[in-house]
Amino acid sequence: MFEKEEAKVKLSTDLKSFIDLWKNKSGNLIMILHRVQQEYGYVPREVALELSKILDVPLAKIYGVVTFYHFFKLTKPGKNQIAVCMGTACYLKGGEDIILEIERLLGLPVNGTTEDGEFSLDAVRCIGCCGLAPVMTINGEVFGKVKKDMLPDIIAKFKGKN
Amino acid sequence: MAYRNYVLVCGGTGCESSSADQIFKNLINEVDAAGMSDQVQVLKTGCFGFCEQGPIVKILPEQAFYVQVKPEDAKEIIQEHVVKGRRVDRLQYKEENSASGAITDTEGMKFYQKQYRIVLRNCGIIDPEKIDEYIARDGYAALEKVLFDMTPEQVIDELKKSGLRGRGGAGFPTWMKWNFSKQVESDQKYIVCNADEGDPGAYMDRSTLEGDPHSVLEAMAIAGFTCGANQGYIYIRAEYPLAIDRLKIAIKQAKEYGLLGENILGSKFSFDIEIRLGAGAFVCGEETALLASLEGNRGMPIPRPPFPAVKGLWGKPTVINNVETNANIPVIILKGGDWYSKIGTATSKGTKVFALTGKIKNSGLIEVPMGITLREIVYDIGGGIPGGKKFKAAQSGGPSGGVITAEHLDTPIDYENLSKLGSIMGSGGLIVMDEDDCMVDFAKFYLEFTVDESCGKCAPCRIGGKQLFGLLEKVTKGTAVVEDIQKMRDISLAMQKASLCGLGQTAPNPVLSTINNFYDEYMAHINDAKCPSGKCKDLMSYEILSDKCVGCTLCARKCPVNCISGEKQKPHVIDQSKCIKCGECYASCKFKAITLG
Ligand SMILES: Cc1cc2nc3c(=O)[nH]c(=O)nc-3n(C[C@H](O)[C@H](O)[C@H](O)COP(=O)(O)O)c2cc1C
Ligand code: FES
Repeated sequence: MFEKEEAKVKLSTDLKSFIDLWKNKSGNLIMILHRVQQEYGYVPREVALELSKILDVPLAKIYGVVTFYHFFKLTKPGKNQIAVCMGTACYLKGGEDIILEIERLLGLPVNGTTEDGEFSLDAVRCIGCCGLAPVMTINGEVFGKVKKDMLPDIIAKFKGKN
Repeated sequence: MAYRNYVLVCGGTGCESSSADQIFKNLINEVDAAGMSDQVQVLKTGCFGFCEQGPIVKILPEQAFYVQVKPEDAKEIIQEHVVKGRRVDRLQYKEENSASGAITDTEGMKFYQKQYRIVLRNCGIIDPEKIDEYIARDGYAALEKVLFDMTPEQVIDELKKSGLRGRGGAGFPTWMKWNFSKQVESDQKYIVCNADEGDPGAYMDRSTLEGDPHSVLEAMAIAGFTCGANQGYIYIRAEYPLAIDRLKIAIKQAKEYGLLGENILGSKFSFDIEIRLGAGAFVCGEETALLASLEGNRGMPIPRPPFPAVKGLWGKPTVINNVETNANIPVIILKGGDWYSKIGTATSKGTKVFALTGKIKNSGLIEVPMGITLREIVYDIGGGIPGGKKFKAAQSGGPSGGVITAEHLDTPIDYENLSKLGSIMGSGGLIVMDEDDCMVDFAKFYLEFTVDESCGKCAPCRIGGKQLFGLLEKVTKGTAVVEDIQKMRDISLAMQKASLCGLGQTAPNPVLSTINNFYDEYMAHINDAKCPSGKCKDLMSYEILSDKCVGCTLCARKCPVNCISGEKQKPHVIDQSKCIKCGECYASCKFKAITLG
């Protein structure tokens, strides 16, 4: 167990130079974690460990931050990330039904990832397209005025891609 | 060079997500194909506000307003409108209720008539990625005026005269905050723009940043000059990628033009701005939590005083202002505090931007003078409730706010009136509900949000919120007793009085406000185990009326959990123990044989 924790990861040069750029700025941790998540889709433990060394902050502090903020993930998300808006406007217009239907179609709970790693599902807060409520996104592509019967087609568009 | 026509495409997130980018490209190609690129300019602008009908294309100088445009419509728009001067009738916005559904130009649209645009002055007019367009509309003129013709005291005086109050929620006078910070001696001070916009269902700040990022940069520099700060931070939600991109572009351009950085415009004043990202924590909108987050920590609030204006970021005096507050400032400097103070009511000056959403025909982004009534917003600007339904209530202030009912539709909207009604101005979310919306369920929705977002530091918020949520859940399940209402009031009071920050102090507002205004509805849940609006699923069931069911089997085929059975051409039945109350059967039945009770 301990050995595994010590295992080195090789950070990409892009990520390294980003860290170098931010290393000496105060309050850099969140910005660096964003960059890590952008690269890996989540914050892998090995990378957190590496960060802790480079930045000289305790691993516990990194985890404290990662777990405090909803945006950061500790597990690898699916290849296709579905996010259903549960902001107020979308909630009033049936966002919950959309979630239930996706859960049923893909057999996966909110915050879960399908076994084949193809899809993951999140409930998110307002994505600012309230005029189009209810709204969902897949890999950032926005679908507005979603109805339950549109879901199989929307999902099919992404299945097996990427 | 002046062009013959300007073709404006909305580049806000709402429209952008429905292929505005493709429309933009197609329009440019069509203009090229028509050989008119020297006469016609195609621009991507900020949000027009009329999000319901997006994507939107507007053509100047005729003010033609095309709605629900598709990429393939580009050719027709250019060929017909621009080349031949004939409007594309089928795409033009037609106002309902007006005589014969007449076609309306931007200026004639009811949606715009009662609006007054100060904050959104450039949104939907300029290309936010081009600093020259901002400058052409008096951009950075206020900064220049402040740097060369005004003292910090005069700036504060002008803000004081204007009566501008913070638009982030609390409504604190902006001049006072600036003055506090100005008076503190310190080797280092900071200016922070709060662009965390956590209210779920609101996007005023995002649209402002996407449509007119320079107005915020300019205001921050003015604040820096006034308070004696040379470093600014914009704390923005990571969920707003487009706004972040536009801000980055804007900062880069402003630096190139010498409007940010060392010795701005050749003066002695230097000011720099950095972007810092939030990471999806609502509490980080609260100013002390925001500062903790900027410092790279968990976003936990701390008690005030000391206020950030005196002791803030890294212990230094820090002025924190909301995006919308900032966007007002250049205009106040240029037109004067007296001019600004003539707009609005006695205690609330200027305008307010609202994200009008929910059960409303024209949902979108609006800016109205303070003192306008809710009736004007809902019926004149918003076009009323769709589907002939009845207005039930509007909610302002998001998770910290309350409901405004039909009997108060004519109350002028300002900070004081809204708090008298048990709500707050908040940051600008305005959500309209109709008769199908259950007030208990709605209060529960917000409470679930605040419980989820509570940072857990103080007990009243952490424990009280959870208990309150549990009681609401009991009400929506029909298992509550009348005494629970009093319990909810007691817990609410404790949270209001004893929570550490605004999150816990205001979290009970949606509950109290709905209990006070819709007591009967709570009682129907408690005493009769009925949800009058048919929203609380635990209190209703779908039944098949055997005398109406013809046994077509459609519902049984539609049912996602196979809980409907019966022989062909014989009445079917629903197995209530398996039913998930999704309503598929109800929606699919052609014989009105399914009831909801
Ligand atoms: C829980 C909570 C969330 C808040 N969220 C925001 C927000 O998203 N945006 C904002 O500008 N202010 C927010 N505020 C208000 C800020 O604490 C602060 O008052 C404001 O940014 C000051 O700027 P103003 O004076 O220009 O309004 C929030 C306050 C609380 C208590
Ligand atoms: S509430 Fe869903 S996009 Fe705003």
